[in-house]
Amino acid sequence: MSDPTVADTRRLNSKPQDLTDAYGPPSNFLEIDVYDPQTVGVGRNRFTTYEVRMRTNLPIFKLKDSIVRRRYSDFEWLKNELERDSKIVVPPLPGKALKRLLPFRGDEGIFEEAFIEERRVGLEQFINRIAGHPLAQNERCLHMFLQDESLDRNYIPGKVRDPEARCA
Amino acid sequence: MSFFSFGQSAEIDVVLTDAETRKKAEHKTEDGKKDKYFLFYDGETVSGKINITLKNPGKRLEHQGIKIEFVGQIELYYDRGNHHEFVSLVKDLARPGELTQSQTFDFEFTHVEKPYETYTGQNVKLRYFLRATVSRRLNDISKEMDIVVHTLSTYPELNSSIKMEVGIEDCLHIEFEYNKSKYHLKDVIVGKIYFLLVRIKIKHMEIDIIKRETTGTGPSVYHENDTIAKYEIMDGAPVRGESIPIRLFLAGYEMTPTMRDINKKFSVRYYLNLVLIDEEERRYFKQQEITLWRKGDVVRKSMSSQATIGAQRFEGSASSESALEKAAREDSG
Repeated sequence: MSDPTVADTRRLNSKPQDLTDAYGPPSNFLEIDVYDPQTVGVGRNRFTTYEVRMRTNLPIFKLKDSIVRRRYSDFEWLKNELERDSKIVVPPLPGKALKRLLPFRGDEGIFEEAFIEERRVGLEQFINRIAGHPLAQNERCLHMFLQDESLDRNYIPGKVRDPEARCA
Repeated sequence: MSFFSFGQSAEIDVVLTDAETRKKAEHKTEDGKKDKYFLFYDGETVSGKINITLKNPGKRLEHQGIKIEFVGQIELYYDRGNHHEFVSLVKDLARPGELTQSQTFDFEFTHVEKPYETYTGQNVKLRYFLRATVSRRLNDISKEMDIVVHTLSTYPELNSSIKMEVGIEDCLHIEFEYNKSKYHLKDVIVGKIYFLLVRIKIKHMEIDIIKRETTGTGPSVYHENDTIAKYEIMDGAPVRGESIPIRLFLAGYEMTPTMRDINKKFSVRYYLNLVLIDEEERRYFKQQEITLWRKGDVVRKSMSSQATIGAQRFEGSASSESALEKAAREDSG
């Protein structure tokens, strides 16, 4: 048996990469934009909605390009559903800004332009973080939030795929 | 400790026979300091002498016996009172009597079994030492000398590579391969990570070496994990079909050989932890145990060269000198 004094550090052999894999679009494309805030309603019943556009090539999402309108409380609903049903640590949402809801403010309160922009950025960060999580992608609530026109709060919570098959 | 100036005391000094020629090894003590100690291997004889120097010359030293012990013991930090001795040899050097002057005593522990390697860890330590004792009625005078023992192995007959496919269904599939399952302490881990499916946004990938020290049995088992190394092997997003090479030199890290269930008291095991981190700082990892072993620094005289030397000696010719020289040169190479 040979007793080598210098270790062989040559690279291990590997399969050559397919050119379409090397130069084609990556399979992890997922981009969600939260934009175009619109104030809906009149007087005390006003609220702001945002357009949520998802573009992806992940097979787990039915639609590769989807646009829906969501308001802040819809994002809160999604956060609660995920905290209850999935094992993941859900990232924080931008603040509820309760102070801004009080009357007799000098400014527009929750309809203040700078505040809406701040909130929009926070919501965009939140949804991108969540949608990229392999476990969150398995939750029905996330798919409904991103791709169904309206949220059915009476839906039956569940998984999109058999959870046993997920992790090796 | 004597508070009174009358009475006699002495200093003990332990000196090894081969103190000039024997190699020393560095070892980190419990308080983190690095010190050098004489290095021994299993089966080697431990011999030398103890010098007893009387502090007040002219005065007699009455004693209940003088002895020297060779001890190998395991000490669990959470149970300091109980030392578990797995080697305990004693040589009586003098019967009860008195010393009228400073004296030297020779000792030899022949072909001492030293089954385990010296280890100082987070919750346990294993040490070997010589302890010379002058027994007295009130208080003994003793001196300890620690030595370091290394356990050596040779290249294993069977050393299969580790190759496995892991992942998260529909999100990430990788195949990782490490060229061996058993590495010596100055070895190189050569491997590769092959991406079969990448549907998450990976930012970078690293390989960590984790040392896990396990002490205790049954209900009270303690695990101490320590990340010895963190080595980034990929920066950026891979796609399907890409192969990322791994080349990790172990000589740069402070590690010990793998120790499994030493005297049923503790274990020290090593794991390679492959970690992938995505753009949202989520970590995906796969841990795999590897076996570490210690290779001798100098090629110890093989049986065949020993036999050659022995055969040559009988001839008593000039050629026996060159055989010895040749063997010596090969050893230091």
